[in-house]
Parts: sequence; C-alpha cells; structure tokens
Amino acid sequence: MRQKVMILMCSLAAVLLARNLYVILLSLPDEASQGAIYRIIFFHLPSWFTSFTAYFLAGVASILYLVKKNSVYDAFAVSVTEIGTVFTAIGLVTGMIWARVIWGVWWTWDPRLTWAFICWLIYVGYLMLRRAIEDPSARALNAAVLNIFSFTTVIITYKAIDWWRTQHPGPVLSFRTGGGRIESGMESMILWNWLALMLLSAVLVMIRMRQEQARREVDALRREVHAL
Amino acid sequence: MRFLRQSLTIAAKDLRAEVRTKEAINASVSFALVILLLFSFAFDPSGDQIKEMSGGLLWLDFAFAGVLILNRSFARELTNDCLDALLASPVPGAALFLGKCLANLVLLLAVELISLPVFGVFYNVHWATQFWPLMLVVVLATWGLTVVGTMFSAMTVNLRLRELMLPTLIYPMIIPALMAAMQLTTVLLAGQPIGGADMLWLRLLVGFDIIFTALALTLVETVLIG
Repeated sequence: MRQKVMILMCSLAAVLLARNLYVILLSLPDEASQGAIYRIIFFHLPSWFTSFTAYFLAGVASILYLVKKNSVYDAFAVSVTEIGTVFTAIGLVTGMIWARVIWGVWWTWDPRLTWAFICWLIYVGYLMLRRAIEDPSARALNAAVLNIFSFTTVIITYKAIDWWRTQHPGPVLSFRTGGGRIESGMESMILWNWLALMLLSAVLVMIRMRQEQARREVDALRREVHAL
Repeated sequence: MRFLRQSLTIAAKDLRAEVRTKEAINASVSFALVILLLFSFAFDPSGDQIKEMSGGLLWLDFAFAGVLILNRSFARELTNDCLDALLASPVPGAALFLGKCLANLVLLLAVELISLPVFGVFYNVHWATQFWPLMLVVVLATWGLTVVGTMFSAMTVNLRLRELMLPTLIYPMIIPALMAAMQLTTVLLAGQPIGGADMLWLRLLVGFDIIFTALALTLVETVLIG
C-alpha cells in the first residue's frame, strides 16, 4: 500500500514537473528587464519554500519528540531536515547563478544571502551532531534540542528582507505583498512547481523514514546478538 | 531564592576549581594573545583601517578564546563521574546550568578584560573613552556567547569529537550577538556614544540574550537528564 502511494506521488511529481517545465520554457514570455534568466525564480523560490517548510516541520517534530519521546518523531525530524538542507543548497546555488548574470558576481555579503548561508551551516551542524552521537536515545534528545535552537535562524532568514536593507529582491508573491508585484500566470507557476517539489520531498521523506526504522531494527538485533 | 542560591553554589565551586588549577583560563588568555599577534600579519596594524575593523577583530578574538573555556565547562566534570554526582544531587538541572553559565561569564570577562588593554596597546586603539557603554556591550554579548556555549558544551560533553563539534555548532548560532557586538564596539572604540541607528543593534543583543536564555533554561533539563 505504502509502496503504491509512493509510486503514485512520485509519478504525479514527475508529470507536474514536466508540464511545468513546458509552460516555463515555452509558453511564458521573457521578463521585461531581466530577459530569460528570470526563469530561475521558478526553481529558486519553490526550493526555499520547500526547505523552510521542511525546517518548520522538523522543529515541530523535535518539540513533539521531547514531549512524547516517540522515536518516529525523531526519524521524521532527521528526514525532513536532510530534505531541508538539500533544498537550501539548491536555493543558494540557483540564487548564485541568477546573481552572476544580474549582479555580475556570484556572491555578495548581503544580509539575506548571509543568513541563508548561516542557516545551511547550522543545519549541516545538526546532521554532523547526529553522526557524532552513538547512543540512539541521547542522539534523538540532543538533536531535538539543537533543532529547536536552529529554527531561530530560519525565522531570521525569512524576515531578513524586511529587517535589513538588502540587495536581494523583496517579496513577490501576493500573500506577502498584497498582489501586484508579479503576473498571476507566473505566480501560479511558482506555486505549481512548489507543489511538485513538495510531492517529491514527501516521497523522499517516506523512503528516509523507512531507512531510519530499518536502522533501529538492525540496532536492536545487534544488541540482542551481543547479549547472547 | 533557593534556585538562585543553588546556582551561586555551583558557580562558586567552578570558579574555585578554576582559580586553583587555572587550566582553562591560562590556555584561553595565551590563545587570545596569540590571535591578537596573528591579526597583525593580516593587515597593516598602524594604518587607519584598524579603526573600522577594531570591533570585529576584538570579538573574533573573544569568540575564539572563549570557546576554550566553554569547552572545559562540562568536560571537567567527566573525571571520576563528577557529572553524574552533580545530576544526582538535589540541584535541578536548570540551576546547575545557570551556575555554570555564571562561572563561565566571569571567566570569559576576565579573559576579555586582560585582552582589551593589550589590544589597545598593540593596535593603538583608545578603548577607555566610552568605558561604561563598552562594558555594557561586552557583558551583554558575552552573556549571549556564554549561554549558547554552555548549552552546547552540555550537549557535546559525552562525544568523542567534542573539541571539533563545539566550535562548529557555536559559531553559526552566536552570529546575531557577535554581529551586534562588533558593530557597537566599533562605534564605541571610535569614541562615539551609542545612539540613533545603533540602538537597533543594542536591541538585537538584548533580544538574543533573552530568547536564548529562556530556550536554554527550558531545554537544559532534557539535555542533561533525558
């Protein structure tokens, strides 16, 4: 059953992405001032939305783990955090490609960019901490606490374009600007692409959680053999 | 009241142990001086640019040297299972944490107050013109560094790779406090008072301290006891 759901979601994501690519590349016109390169926004923004959603879910799962001490929440937290770091990296790289064309440099030490990078470093630190702790329950506890600490940087990164004067373009989507900053056809493509990436992420999270479960079983069996 | 007394007892114990052995503070002070020396090779120490960089340099120095002290904070309790004994005592985890934070704050401030005049002499910076505002910034930022550092020190105490993990985790996390401290210190070292746009940085610093102290006090029991 679970396998079927995963295959279904995966094919749905593939179909959506193919259809989105067709619309983005062939049907939408070039942007007036930026030309063709603006199309990177259709992957840049959805990647960031996906990673922020992932970090938010990881934070919630970490709090739930501390309250309920159920290892499923820990497995979920690590799975979504891994997804989050991957999409943060994609967001950083797509942003850098865009910056190279529009600003002429790959990177500038602007608050939004800097915070995004800090955010990535902190979550990579979380993944490293998990590898460094051998005892499963100590690992889950410490990782959950660190994850809650880490979420503060996500909030700062998200709000950086409001708090500091930055070179990074301001918000474009209607839910933050009240509309008017972006063509509705383009906005809906951003949201469609986000949906596709979320579906893909959900499948990856399911696979990753199954791995965590298998690892726990292997650990338990190993302990049993050791006891004998 | 009882909570505070317990914290102070722990802090006094840590400080007494440190004053007798001086193992962390000696290492930290000499490391701070080594870094001050190294900075002089990175740029022209007699030039004018030092005025704009002074806050940044000073806080990098404090942050690098401070981690040596924070690293020892919980690690020193590992020998003879002292940490287990402390946890088994009637002192709650949060009081233990607060006590260790206070002791670390005192030690870090000591290192900073030794390095500050040396920095002034080496780089020709007049640091005493805005003395009390500078002390306010130093105490606020050091508290932020201490709270996050002591918390992570507790988290990493049992790790084999403790010395590697602690700096990797601490530095990205304390960036807001460091950023604010660097901005404010640069202004104060130039002899100007804090005001206008700089108040934002002071607010950021206070906000950082409040948020992370609250988070750490809530979660430290889980980290220490489980």
